[in-house]
Amino acid sequence: MSNLFRAADAASGISGPPSSVEYAADRIFRSIAFASAFIIILLVAYILWEIGEKAMPAVTEYGLGFITGTTWNVSKEEFSVLPEIWGTLYSSLLALVLGGIFGISIAIFLTQDFIHHRMATIFRTIVEMLAAIPSVVYGLWGIYVLIPLLKPAAEWLHETLGWFPLFGTDLAGPGMAPAALVLAIMILPTVAAISVDAFRRIPYKVKEAAYGLGTTRWEAILKVMLPTASSGILAALVLGFGRALGETMALAMLIGNSNQISMSLFSPANTLASLLASNFPEAGQVEVQALMYAALVLLAITFLVNVVGLAVQQYTVRKFEGKK
Amino acid sequence: MNAIAEALFVAEPFQAAGDIVIDCNVNNIFYGDFLAVRDSTVPIEKKKITGFIGPSGCGKSTVLRSLNRMNDLISAFRFEGSVMYHGQDIYAKKVDPVVVRRYIGMVFQQPNPFSMSIFDNVAFGLRLNRFKGDLEERVERALKRAALWKEVKDKLKNSGLSLSGGQQQRLCIARAIATEPDVLLMDEPCSALDPIATRQVEELMLELKQNYTVALVTHNMQQATRVADTTAFFSVDISRGGRTGYLVEMGPTRQIFEAPREQLTKEYISGEFS
Repeated sequence: MSNLFRAADAASGISGPPSSVEYAADRIFRSIAFASAFIIILLVAYILWEIGEKAMPAVTEYGLGFITGTTWNVSKEEFSVLPEIWGTLYSSLLALVLGGIFGISIAIFLTQDFIHHRMATIFRTIVEMLAAIPSVVYGLWGIYVLIPLLKPAAEWLHETLGWFPLFGTDLAGPGMAPAALVLAIMILPTVAAISVDAFRRIPYKVKEAAYGLGTTRWEAILKVMLPTASSGILAALVLGFGRALGETMALAMLIGNSNQISMSLFSPANTLASLLASNFPEAGQVEVQALMYAALVLLAITFLVNVVGLAVQQYTVRKFEGKK
Repeated sequence: MNAIAEALFVAEPFQAAGDIVIDCNVNNIFYGDFLAVRDSTVPIEKKKITGFIGPSGCGKSTVLRSLNRMNDLISAFRFEGSVMYHGQDIYAKKVDPVVVRRYIGMVFQQPNPFSMSIFDNVAFGLRLNRFKGDLEERVERALKRAALWKEVKDKLKNSGLSLSGGQQQRLCIARAIATEPDVLLMDEPCSALDPIATRQVEELMLELKQNYTVALVTHNMQQATRVADTTAFFSVDISRGGRTGYLVEMGPTRQIFEAPREQLTKEYISGEFS
């Protein structure tokens, strides 16, 4: 690029245009960034294409009946996944409610001057360490610690409040409750860490404004800080929910892998991811096609949840923060 | 140099003619080990505008924020002295700072609307005080007095953050005056405003003092002369290594600007202050 302002060189001894190397570096960085973004899109498209192609025979064979039917019978080659869809959404929703309440509470505790900020950093690190525990360890912990712990409580709840749909059955071993609890612990670090960031991003002047109007600490937190952080907290919940939908190993170990739809917290159930993990190793050609179809359904659910979640989050940003 | 022999300057206490609503006696204000303000007596007269002027770091904002215990948000803050408000020291142990701030409102230097609608911003304090009357009427009145009504009356549901900086500041003023606090503290409220909005806010202050008391920190000396009945001039002492602010002189605004008693005041208002 030629310098159109060469005449200014005489006036300014120091200023000058960027060199051709600097212009080239600019172009190279832009190309790399562009290529990286593009490769991600390609990769997603490729995965979708591969799964779609492998699932195609099952899609044409079972059609929409696959997501409305309730049987998974290998010998009769009858495949449908409504119980798994139910189990996936139910367990994830329960985990989201539990993990969400605890995650947001932890975020409030860590950011709203309840403890010294150095203690808060230590605390936060510990919470984030929950994310480093392997899924299979959570599964083992669930089997050997959580389920025996839950059994007496479940028994009592079923006996005294058995008419209530949530406690409609007894906990025989693995089931929805231990699975959802472990899932809640697993999404807790995600929800907590991102909510902490959302609270940290609130400028100090907002807190000043709240206290300046004479709010108590809880009024400031509930009426000002929480609404201000709401878009970030929603993002945290969407990410946590997405994580819960796809979680496989711990659920396969804890949920009981039983093909049924029940409101009861103590009844065994199944999820799509856990169905895939448990059935793949011994699946024949036809079942593999059905499993690929199930994978496609899981992908669609995850995609839908993310899109809806993002849309809600964008809406709150526009509504509360006035950004176009 | 013998620093001990040199007596610290302490301003003559200002004898106000009218009723005093807040009688502020600062002995020392600390942030941790740092002495921010020393020996300043600042009486705030009822239904008057008291202006605080002085160079950066002179502690005028710190003193203003001590009047409704806003500084309590900073954990290292320590106030020695007394702030008498309706016969009660607001720094007494049994006093809840939340209650103090309900009666003594505040407008800050930076506009700080909440991320909620314009209406909800103004109604916030009313709802907080469990106001039972006509909310909409109160919100409209506050917005009118803050000279913002015409610009926002058709978009009360929009976010307060969608407004321009000057509009946001007037929204914050509306939010602060909606509950009609006894005293309104304003910490450089016009520093983010253009001249037109500044004039509107100044007119609002003059209107407010019909019923309420205003204390105003300002960097703009013309503003002090335009609106303040009484002016307190603070300066900062850097001779002893620290940066300690203190009151130099307080008196009727005319006297401070036309016949200052202290050399420091004279130098500052004539722009000779470095």
